[in-house]
Amino acid sequence: MASFWEYANPLKFMRTTDWLLPVVTWAAVIVTTVGLVWGFFFTPDDFRQGSTVKIIFLHVPAAMMAINIWVMMLVASLIWLIRRHHVSALAAKAAAPIGVTMTLIGLITGAVWGQPMWGTWWAWDPRLTSFLILFLFYLGYIALWAAIEDPDTGADLTAVLCIVGSVFAVLSRYAAIFWSQGLHQGASLSLAPGTRVDWAYKAPLYISMVGFGLVFLALLLAGTRTEIRARRMKALVTRERMA
Amino acid sequence: MMPDLGRYALEVSLAYAISLGLIGLLVLWYWLRSRSVRRQLEEIETRKGERNG
Repeated sequence: MASFWEYANPLKFMRTTDWLLPVVTWAAVIVTTVGLVWGFFFTPDDFRQGSTVKIIFLHVPAAMMAINIWVMMLVASLIWLIRRHHVSALAAKAAAPIGVTMTLIGLITGAVWGQPMWGTWWAWDPRLTSFLILFLFYLGYIALWAAIEDPDTGADLTAVLCIVGSVFAVLSRYAAIFWSQGLHQGASLSLAPGTRVDWAYKAPLYISMVGFGLVFLALLLAGTRTEIRARRMKALVTRERMA
Repeated sequence: MMPDLGRYALEVSLAYAISLGLIGLLVLWYWLRSRSVRRQLEEIETRKGERNG
């Protein structure tokens, strides 16, 4: 079996994703469509929340991905800092726009859901606040990449920013537990005994979560391919200028 | 076909419209950027090939 580190070679990565990307893209389209169509059209209203419960199929997967993408960026950044594999730094760069979009979807759907249920669009609740800070970290991360000309320096500095921002990624997930206050509830899905969500909602929710994960993977592969090409282009242009 | 969303129709529709719109924009941006970078790289590589004979 091929070593994981072989994929740090841009050529090997491009060759593998040539066939992998269409497979993941189709899987993402099918699974996300099934999850969202099932959730929107074929789930009953909740006895307390009415039809707003249907927002869960967007809100939970998006919020989950917002945090997981930052964790993925953290792992990729650490690989860059320790082993200096360019593909890992470029993968972290490609993941950031997906992460910021997922965070924005989490914030917007949360506000739209919160208004009828809590009576307010926004509250300075620990989870909401840490999520907003995570959103700002995503923007800062993208801006930092755009601001630095040298790709290696950019990768170094954004990796450090990613490590710092990880505090807020962790806080976003566990804030409701750390501080038992605020409007936001604890985890909707838990392995702990005691069912919180009925299977009528849980089944399409799990499918949507897998779908959002696949959407991320498809965009990540496509984005990393673009970043590898952009890096090669930059190197060729520099060589041309020096010749 | 459209489910009866009752008094929360606006909120639920808004959540779906905004989320799917944002994902659509993201996909479009990735696709356009990929196409543009690929085209530019091809041009540079062609230029380089011509120069090297």
